[in-house]
Amino acid sequence: MNISAILQSSQRAFPVGAPILELDSISLRFGGVKALTNISFNVLEHEVRAIIGPNGAGKSSMLNVINGVYVPQEGSITLRGERLAGMKPTDAAKLGIARTFQNIALFKGMSVLDNIMAGRNLRMHASFLEVALQLPRARREEAESREAVEEIIEFLEIEHIRKTPVSRLPYGLQKRVELGRALAAEPKILLLDEPMAGMNIEEKQDMCRFILDVNDHYGTTIVLIEHDMGVVMDISDRVVVLDYGKKIGDGTPEEVRSDQNVIDAYLGVPH
Amino acid sequence: MFYREAGQFRTSYAQDSQIFPLRQDRVGIIIMLIAAVMLPFVANSYWLSAILIPWLVLSLVALGQNILMGYAGQLSLGSAGFMAVGAFACYNLILRIDGIPFVVAVALSGVCAALVGIVFGLPSLRIRGLYLAVATLASQFFIVWALDKFGWFKNYDPAGVITAQPIVMFGHNFATPREKYWVVLAIVAVLALLAKNMARGSIGRGWMAVRDMDVAAEVMGFSLLRTKLQAFAISSFYCGVGGALFAFAYLQTVEPSAFGIDLSFRILFMVIIGGLGTIMGSFLGAGFILLMPIFLNIFFHTVFGKSVDATITSALEQVIFGVMIIMFLIFEPLGLARLWQLTKERLRLWPFKH
Amino acid sequence: MLDFWFFLEVLVGGLLSGTMYALVALGFVLIYKASSVFNFAQGAMVFFAVLSFVGFMELGLPFWAALPVTVGLMILVGMGTERFVLRPLVNQSEDTLLMATIGLAFVIEGVAQLAWGVDVRRLDLGIRDEPINWVMDKTGMLVSQLDVTAAAVAGIMVAALALLFSHTKVGRGLRAVADDHAAALSIGIPLKHIWMLVWATAGVVALVAGMLWGARSGVQFALVWVALKALPVLIIGGFTSVPGVILAGLIVGAVEKLGEVFIGPFFGGGIEGWAPYMLAVLFLLIRPEGLFGEKIIRRV
Repeated sequence: MNISAILQSSQRAFPVGAPILELDSISLRFGGVKALTNISFNVLEHEVRAIIGPNGAGKSSMLNVINGVYVPQEGSITLRGERLAGMKPTDAAKLGIARTFQNIALFKGMSVLDNIMAGRNLRMHASFLEVALQLPRARREEAESREAVEEIIEFLEIEHIRKTPVSRLPYGLQKRVELGRALAAEPKILLLDEPMAGMNIEEKQDMCRFILDVNDHYGTTIVLIEHDMGVVMDISDRVVVLDYGKKIGDGTPEEVRSDQNVIDAYLGVPH
Repeated sequence: MFYREAGQFRTSYAQDSQIFPLRQDRVGIIIMLIAAVMLPFVANSYWLSAILIPWLVLSLVALGQNILMGYAGQLSLGSAGFMAVGAFACYNLILRIDGIPFVVAVALSGVCAALVGIVFGLPSLRIRGLYLAVATLASQFFIVWALDKFGWFKNYDPAGVITAQPIVMFGHNFATPREKYWVVLAIVAVLALLAKNMARGSIGRGWMAVRDMDVAAEVMGFSLLRTKLQAFAISSFYCGVGGALFAFAYLQTVEPSAFGIDLSFRILFMVIIGGLGTIMGSFLGAGFILLMPIFLNIFFHTVFGKSVDATITSALEQVIFGVMIIMFLIFEPLGLARLWQLTKERLRLWPFKH
Repeated sequence: MLDFWFFLEVLVGGLLSGTMYALVALGFVLIYKASSVFNFAQGAMVFFAVLSFVGFMELGLPFWAALPVTVGLMILVGMGTERFVLRPLVNQSEDTLLMATIGLAFVIEGVAQLAWGVDVRRLDLGIRDEPINWVMDKTGMLVSQLDVTAAAVAGIMVAALALLFSHTKVGRGLRAVADDHAAALSIGIPLKHIWMLVWATAGVVALVAGMLWGARSGVQFALVWVALKALPVLIIGGFTSVPGVILAGLIVGAVEKLGEVFIGPFFGGGIEGWAPYMLAVLFLLIRPEGLFGEKIIRRV
C-alpha cells in the first residue's frame, strides 16, 4: 500500500497554494526550561504538513503555540498575512484553527453526538434565552448543526455509536470521534497531535484515509504530529523535524529522509 | 410491555432531537402534569403545604444547584445564600413597588440572585474544586450575615424577620394552600422546561464541555469566562426564584438564618442523590431528602409504637444521608435518575436482557 | 483613640486562637499529603474525637485511660474511611472525593450524636479560663491562661509533627507517597502502614484540637463549624505546606479578632463568621497557590 503514490497520481481537488500560516523565530520557555528555540517554518494552504522528532523534541509545544494554548516569549505567528499577538485558544478557534490532542481530550460525560455538536459551538449564536424558549433561531441552528454533524458522522463511519457515551468507546474510536469534533468546526487549519498513536495497523490505515479524505474533500490544511515514520512519509507533503526544541530539518519526505542531521537525531548520535 | 418503541420511526433529525423522542415518555409526562394539576382535589392542605409545595420549591433550587454543579461542574456550597437573596429581594420588591404582580417580583428576585451569583462566581475563573467550594462558602456566610445585620433588608423589623406579603396577581389573592400550590407548580413546571431546553441544547453542551475538559472546550471556542459566569447566573436565578417561593408559598415568616449552611448541604445532597447533571434527578433528590425524615418518623411509630426523640431521628437522618451520598458516589454517580433510566431501558427490552 | 495595649491584647488573643486553627488545618494537610484527598470530615473528626473522649470519661474511665482508647477509636475511624470510602473511589476526580468526605462528615457527626447524645459537655482540663495575673498587673492586658496553655500545646504538637515528617523514616516515606503513590510503592514503601499512621496521627491531632476547643467553649456540635475555619487557613497557607499552614492559622486568627473588635462594631458585629473566608477568596484571586504552596503549571 502506498497512499502517497495514489495521492501523487490523482489530481488534487485543492492544489497546494500560498503560505497560510507562518511561524517566525518562535521561542518558548517554562521557567528556566527551554521548550522551543528559535523555530521558523511555514504551512501552505491545502497541504499536509508533518512535525516529527524524538520524544521531548517540543512537537506538542509547537502545536500548543499555534493554537494559543501557550504564548511564546519570542517570535511571531502570522495567519494569512495577519500577525497574531497574545492569541488565546478561543481566538485561534475563531480564526478557523481546530485541533485534536495527544491524550484524547473528549468530553467524557457526553455522547458521541453531543461531543461533535459541541465542536459546532462557534457556528451557533443563539443566546441562552433563545435556547431556553426554543425560539426559531435556536431551533434552526440546532437543526442545521445536526445536519452538518450527521454528515461528519457518516464520513467517519461512526453512525452506529452516535448516542453512545464516549467514555464507553474503545481507544481507536475515541480518536476518530475527536477528529469528528474538530471537523465539526469546519476549520481552515486542522492540528492533529499524534492522531495514530497507540493504534493497530488497521486503525492506522483508516485514520490515514480519513485524514487524506478531509484534506481532499474540504481542502483543509493539516498540521500533524506523528511518530510512525512510515505514515508520515506516506501522507505528508512536507515535514518539519524538531530535536531538543530546535529545528533540524525541513522539506519533502524524501529530502528529510536523506538529511544527515535527521538521521543522527533518530539513530542517536552522541551530542 | 407498554414501554416499547416499535413502530415509532424518527424520520428527521428534528424529530430525533425533540425533548421526549419516545411517545410513551410524551404521554407519561402529560399524564404526570395533569395529575400534578389535579392533585389538590385529592390531597389535603397538610400534604399541600407541608410536603408538595416544599418539594416543588426545593426541586427548583436543586435544579439550580444541578445546573452549576452537575452540568457546569462547579462545586458550590452556597446555594442557600442565593435563595436568601431571592427571598429578601422578593419581600422588598413587593414592599417598595406598589401593585407589582407576584410573578414579576419573583422573576426580578431571580435576577437579583443572578447578579449576586455572577459576583461570587468570578473566583471560579481561576479556581476549581475545593478552592471554589471555599469561595462559595464565603458567599454563603457573607450573604446571611449581611441580611441579618442591615435592617433595611427586613424593613427594620424589630424581631429581625420578614413576613411574606400575600401572593397577589391579576387582582386575585392566592391565599389558600391549593392556590399557592398551583402558583408554585406553574412556575416550577415552566422553569424546569426551560432548564431542560438549555441542558439539551447548545448552552448545556457548553456547560458540560467546560466541566469535562476545559482546555478542549477553549479550543472549540467556548469562552470559559462566559460559560462559567452564565452557569453561575442561571443557577443563582433558579435558586433565587426558589428562595422567593420558599418564603412566600411555604415558610411565610423568615429570618436570614433559615438560609444557613445546613440548607446548602441539604441541597447539595439532593443533587448528588438525585443525579448529577439530570433534570429529573433534581426532583427525585429533593423528594428523597424531604420525605426521608417523614418516613423515618412513620417507621419508628410503627416499630416502637411511639415517637422517638427528634434529636435521635435527626442524627439518624444525618447518618443515612451521609451513607447514601458515599454509596451513590461509589456505585451510581448518576444517582436516582440513572436508576430510573436503567429501569426504563430494561422495560424497553423486557423480557430480553439485552 | 486606639489604645496600644488593648490592640495588643486583641492581637494576642487572635494569634492564640490562630494556633488552634493551624492545628486543625494540620490534620487536613497530613491526610492531603498521604492520600491526595481533601478530608472535609476533619471537622467532624474533631467533634467525634473529643465527644468520645468525654463520653468515655463519663463511663468511668480515668483521663489516662480514656486518652488511648479514644486514639484507638480514631485509628479505627481512619482505617474504616480508607477501606470503605477512599479505596472504592480511587482514581475518581478530586470533586467526587471531596463530596464523599462531605458525606463522611455527616456520617461521623450523626454517629457521634447517636452514640453520645447531643448535650453540651463541659471538659475540665484543670486550667482555668482566667487572665494571667502578672500580665494584667504589668500591662493591663487580659490574656487567658487557658488560651496560652492551649496555644502552647498546639505549638508543641505542630513542631513535633513538623520534625517527625522532616527527620524520620516515616516522614520521608510520607513525602514520597505524597509525590507519587505508584513510585513510592515501587521502591518498597509500605503504603498501608503509612496511611494507617497518617490517619492515626490525624486522629490524635483531631482529639487534641477538640480537647483544647472543648475546654474553652464546651464540647458541642458547634465545634464542627469552628473546625471549618481551617479551610481558609489551608487555602491561605497552601495545601501541602506545614509552615504555610502555621503562618496562615496565625494570620486568620489575628485578622478575624482584630476585624471583629475594630471594624465589627460599625456593622453590628459578627464579621468573624465570614472574614476568614473572604480573606481566603482574596488570596485565591491574588496568589492561588497559597503562601508557600507549589505553583502548579498545567500541561496539555
